[in-house]
Amino acid sequence: MKKFPIWSWLMILLGFTYFLLPLIGTLDFSLRILKDQLSLDAYVNVLNAVRFQNTFTYSFTMALWTIVACTLLVAPTAYWVHLKLPHLRPVIEFITLLTFVVPAILLVFGLIRIYSRPPLSLMESEIGSDFLLVMGYVSLALPYMYRAVDNGLRAIDVRTLTEAAQSLGAGWRIILFSVIFPNLRAALLSGAFLTFATVIGEFTIATFLARPAFGPYMANLGQTRPYESTALTIISLALTWASIGMIQLLGRGAQGQLVGTR
Amino acid sequence: MQTTTTLPAPSAPRARAFSFAWLGVVPFFLFAILFLILPSGILLIGSVQNARGEFTLENFGGLFQESIANSYILSLQLSVTTAVVGGIFGFLLAYAAILGGLPRSVRTTLLTFSGVASNFAGVPLAFAFIATLGRLGFVTVLLKDLLGFDLNQTGFSVFGFLSLTLTYIYFQFPLMVLIIAPALDGLKKEWREAAENLGASAWQYWRIVAFPVLLPSILGTMILLFSNAFGAVATAYALTGGNFPLATILIFRQIRGEVLGNPGLGYAVAVGMVIIMGGSLAIYYFLQRKTERWLKQ
Repeated sequence: MKKFPIWSWLMILLGFTYFLLPLIGTLDFSLRILKDQLSLDAYVNVLNAVRFQNTFTYSFTMALWTIVACTLLVAPTAYWVHLKLPHLRPVIEFITLLTFVVPAILLVFGLIRIYSRPPLSLMESEIGSDFLLVMGYVSLALPYMYRAVDNGLRAIDVRTLTEAAQSLGAGWRIILFSVIFPNLRAALLSGAFLTFATVIGEFTIATFLARPAFGPYMANLGQTRPYESTALTIISLALTWASIGMIQLLGRGAQGQLVGTR
Repeated sequence: MQTTTTLPAPSAPRARAFSFAWLGVVPFFLFAILFLILPSGILLIGSVQNARGEFTLENFGGLFQESIANSYILSLQLSVTTAVVGGIFGFLLAYAAILGGLPRSVRTTLLTFSGVASNFAGVPLAFAFIATLGRLGFVTVLLKDLLGFDLNQTGFSVFGFLSLTLTYIYFQFPLMVLIIAPALDGLKKEWREAAENLGASAWQYWRIVAFPVLLPSILGTMILLFSNAFGAVATAYALTGGNFPLATILIFRQIRGEVLGNPGLGYAVAVGMVIIMGGSLAIYYFLQRKTERWLKQ
């Protein structure tokens, strides 16, 4: 009875063509910096550029801070709400959803308005601007980090684990870091990789906070060095792929993302 | 699932547990107030003030002047088009991979690719499309060499609406695949068997059973895609160099002080966007309620 599913295959073929054509196009372009010859020179140029190294290191560091800050903010809160304040859950969910309603461009608009002048003039110092950047990124990462942790908490018996730890004499620090967090490891890690993929090439917030980040550097390069910028595109694709690959390895399935670098 | 959360706190006496429990969420609320609520609130306040700081609704009247109204319309056109086209394309793909009788590996591959593509956006995505559809782009050259079809002669520009639409769809359809896949998994085999036993054709099963169950998810996801595109800026900015007058790009240039020349009007444009995004999210939640009736995950 089963016939060959020709329409399904055609559809899939179409989908993968759409997915792959721009990637092949970019790869092809990035290899053609020398006339009539394929070469990796564009990659060599980019990787050797001091500004690439600096901006990439900067964005990498900021991504790590974002992951740390977001984890420390979201995981204890979600745990506490699960355990003690379940009636606050809709409020927290509503707050995490604000990020959908206020996209990055509007968020940074408001952040500048508040933090570029007294009484909270964070943007006057480098470190203050870095802090603001990380906080902006935490806002972007909040919804899916929270969802990942919340799903993780639903999958384990928080109350029993907590009580068991308490009856063995554990304090809150031990309960969180030795009992609850290890159980959320997969959820936290997949949230972390998704955050990394979002933040590493983020353009809008970094631009307006005048940070020496990777996203603005990439955009700048695009206007002057077409081959090098396509080489960078391939590099950032590889990073995205690696992050998503890690999430898949963790068994959380592919995650969609609604906020961030767009 | 919910039972653990609704039990009363067993260990400490309830009154004492209650009085200190709120301390645990103070950092979160502090963060939310400082970096989410305050920035959004300041936009709202700015939008109802004039240059002297007095209350006014004039700024919102300014939204109807031609250049601003056109930005909104352009943003709406782009978002609706990419949401509908990307949504349908993504749905058909997910359907083919999950229910189309293909090997399971196709489904896994599709979901991985979708995870990558939906996260591959912003500046690099714009570069990828310039390298593909630009004057000397990969596809442009391919079309000319293989088919003798000159894309550049057709008036197509990689910096125009059609190209931007194609670029947005690149992150829109994978998102549809990712979100709709669980809904397709949720269609119960029994429903199809029951329909077949009652003598329904495949088409009738689809029209009367499956499609009505899936419709709220499809529409809901399309709304998510809409707001996804509506709030986007980096991709369009990098692709067109800021010359494409979307509402987000208008705000981008307003922050740089390049346009409008009236701060209050800039805030009003922002608040107008928040209202549109908030409205679409509300509709999404309404539709999701409907979905949950049938498709419990």
